[in-house]
Amino acid sequence: MKFVDEYRDPAAARRAVEEISVISAGEHRKFMEVCGGHTHTIYKHGIENVLPTNIELVHGPGCPVCVIPMGRVDDAIALAEQPDVIFTSFGDMMRVPGSKGNLLEAKARGADVRMVYSPLDALRIAMANPERQVVFFAIGFETTAPSTAVTLLKARERGITNFSVFSNHVTIVPPLKAILDSPDLRLDGFIGPGHVSTVIGNRPYRFVPATYGKPLVTSGFEPLDILQGIVMLLRQLRDGRCEIENQYTRAVRDEGNTKALQVLAEVFELRPHFEWRGLGFISHSGLKLSPAFADWDAELRYLVPGVRVADPKACQCGEVLKGVIKPWECKVFGTACTPETPIGTCMVSSEGACAAYYNYGRFTREAAAAARIPVRSA
Amino acid sequence: MGPPSGNGSEPVSPEEAVLRRIEAFRRKAPRLRDDFINSAHGAGGKASAALVDGVFLQAFANDALAPLTDGATLTLPSGERVAFSTDSSVVNPLRFPGGSIGHLAVHGTVNDVAMMGAVPTWVSAAFILEDGFAVVDLRGIVADMAEAAVNAGVSIVTGDTKVVSKGAADGLYISTAGVGVIPADVHLDARAVRPGDRVLVSGTIGDHGVAVMLARGELGIEADIVSDTAPLGGLVQTLLAAAPGTRWLRDPTRGGVATVCNELARAAEVAVILNEADLPVRPAVNGACEILGIDPLYVANEGKLVAIVAPEEADAALAAVRAHPLGADAALVGEVRDDPPGMVVINTGFGGNRIVDMLAGDPLPRIC
Repeated sequence: MKFVDEYRDPAAARRAVEEISVISAGEHRKFMEVCGGHTHTIYKHGIENVLPTNIELVHGPGCPVCVIPMGRVDDAIALAEQPDVIFTSFGDMMRVPGSKGNLLEAKARGADVRMVYSPLDALRIAMANPERQVVFFAIGFETTAPSTAVTLLKARERGITNFSVFSNHVTIVPPLKAILDSPDLRLDGFIGPGHVSTVIGNRPYRFVPATYGKPLVTSGFEPLDILQGIVMLLRQLRDGRCEIENQYTRAVRDEGNTKALQVLAEVFELRPHFEWRGLGFISHSGLKLSPAFADWDAELRYLVPGVRVADPKACQCGEVLKGVIKPWECKVFGTACTPETPIGTCMVSSEGACAAYYNYGRFTREAAAAARIPVRSA
Repeated sequence: MGPPSGNGSEPVSPEEAVLRRIEAFRRKAPRLRDDFINSAHGAGGKASAALVDGVFLQAFANDALAPLTDGATLTLPSGERVAFSTDSSVVNPLRFPGGSIGHLAVHGTVNDVAMMGAVPTWVSAAFILEDGFAVVDLRGIVADMAEAAVNAGVSIVTGDTKVVSKGAADGLYISTAGVGVIPADVHLDARAVRPGDRVLVSGTIGDHGVAVMLARGELGIEADIVSDTAPLGGLVQTLLAAAPGTRWLRDPTRGGVATVCNELARAAEVAVILNEADLPVRPAVNGACEILGIDPLYVANEGKLVAIVAPEEADAALAAVRAHPLGADAALVGEVRDDPPGMVVINTGFGGNRIVDMLAGDPLPRIC
C-alpha cells in the first residue's frame, strides 16, 4: 500500500513536528479534531506523544456511534425483536448499550441480527429473503448518508418492499455550533472533518471563522495529514489570519460532491430536532426519510417505542464529546467503564475518544518515550 | 506487579494516578458478567478469557490445566513428559483458498502440541455431521485430513462420529486432540522469559484470517490471499536445534500476534515492545485490513509461530527459521523489556507508538 505509506513517512513526520515546535514557539494551543477518524489516527499512530507538550488536542463530536442516544438503541433492539425481521447493522453498533443491553445480547436471545459492511449488503439480504422483513440500522454523518440514500433509490427502482431503514443519520454543522456556543470550552481552532467534507465541501464551515473567529483546516486521516493540519492552523494564528483552509485537497473540493448532495436532498429531510448522546436535543441536526420514501421508513412501518432514556448518571460522554474533559478525567473511565463493559458510547466505537485512549494511549509520555528507544542489536 | 512506571512514593500527575488505578483494576481476574453466550466469548480476547476463568477453570481446577497454555504438559511414571492438546474446527466456509476445515482440524491440534516443544505423533478426530451432508464432500475433507496428517508426521489413531439434525451444525464440525512427547532437553516456559529477549515471528501475519473472511464473499473484496495453514512441528524442531535457549513458543491463531504477545506480557510480567516496520505483512493483507478497519496484528494465522529467543541466539534462530520452507519471511519484530510490565507497546512506522491491548471480543465471522 504505497498510497498509505506515503502519508506515514517518519522523516516527513519529524520535519512536521519540528515545524510545529518552531511556529508555536512554546505557546499553549488547543485544537479540536472534529472527526472520530482523526481521533483514531492520533492514538493509533501515537501522535500526541510526539507533539510538543504545548500543543493540546481535544477530541470532538464526529464519531457516529458515539452520538447515538440510549433510547435509539432501545428502539433498534425493539425492531430487531419483531417477528420475521432480519435486523442489519454495522459491527460497531452491535456492542453499544441501550437501557436493556445491546444488539449482540438481543442476538444471543434469538433475534436475527446480522452485521453488514454497507447498506447495499442489507438490501441484498432483503432480495435473498423475500419472505422476511429486513431493517437497516442507518447511522453516520453526511459521510455514510449518501450510501443509505443510494440504497433506498435502488430499493424503489427495483420495487423491493421487504426492506426498510431506521434512520439515525446526523449532520456535522449543528453540533459544531453547539460546541462553539458552549461556555466551558476555549479552543484555538479546528482540525476540520475530512470524509464529511468530501460530501458537503468546505463552505458550510464559513461561520466558524466568520461568526466565532476560529480558524478551521479540513484535514485527511493519515498521520501526516493531521500534523500538516496543525502546521496550517499554527501558521494562521502566527500570521493573524482566521479562515477556512483545505489540507485534504486530494479528496475535498470547496463545493463538495454535488451529486451526493442531490441524492441526500431527494431521499432525506431534516428532523425538527434530534437527540445526541450527551449533547441533548439539537435543532435540525438529524435526517429522516422524506415523504417520497415513507414506504421504506422503519419508524413508520413499525411501532418503535421512541422512549427517551436519560444517560447513566456516572457517564460523562457528553463532556468528552464536547472536548470539555479528556477521557481519563471521566470518573468511571477504565474502571466501571471499559471496552468490555462500556457504560458510554465513547468507549465502544474504535473512533470513540475513550476507546481510542484506553486501547492505544493508556500510558504516559515518559513510558512512550522509553519504549521508542531502539532495540539493541543481538 | 509494580505500577506502570516510576515508584509509588513520588507525587504523580492526575493522569498517571488514573492510569495506575486502571492498571490495578485490569490485573484483577476477568469476571464473567454475561448471562448468555455470545460470539465475543469465542473470539479469543478478553471475553473468552472471562468465560474460561469463570466457568471452566473453576469447575476443572487442577495443576496441569492451571497454566492455560496451548496444551497440557503431563509427566508419565517413566519421567517422560508428553504434551496433550485439543481443538475444534467450525470454520465457515468449509473450503477456502489454501485449505479446508480438514487441514485446519489437523494443523490446529498438531501446532498446539508443537508449541509445547513436543513432537506431535498421535491425533484423534471426532466428527459432528449434519443430516443431509454430502458423503462426497465428507470424503474430500477426510482426504485433506489424511494429507495434512502425513505432512505433519502424525497418525490419526482414534475417532468418533455423531449425526445431528439439519440446522444444528453448519455442515460439519471436527474436533481433534493430539499427543506428543517433549524431548528431555526442551523446557519452554513463559517464566523463563527475560528482558532483552527478542521476539521472532516466523512469517507474514494475518494471511489465514483475511483469506477466510474474503472467501465468505460477503465483503465484496477480491484479492489473491491464501491461508497459511501448515503443520509447524518441523519448524519448531529446526528452531530449537539452532537456538536451544528459546524461552517460549506460541502459534498466533485466534486473536493473532497481538493476543499472544499480551498473554506473554501478563504471564511473564514483562513488556513486549514491537516495531511495526519490522512486522512481515503481505501488501494485499494490509490493504484488505485497511479497508475493513481491522489490524493485521489481531488477525488469525494457522501456520505461523511467535518465538521468544535469547538475545545471543537471535541471529542463529532467525537464520535457521528462514532456511526452513515455512519460515522464509521470518523476522525479528521486537524485544522484551521491564517496563511497562504486563503491556505490549508497538512503535509505529510513523515514529510514534501505542499500546497493543487484548481485544474485547470481535464481531468477525468464524475463521477456525
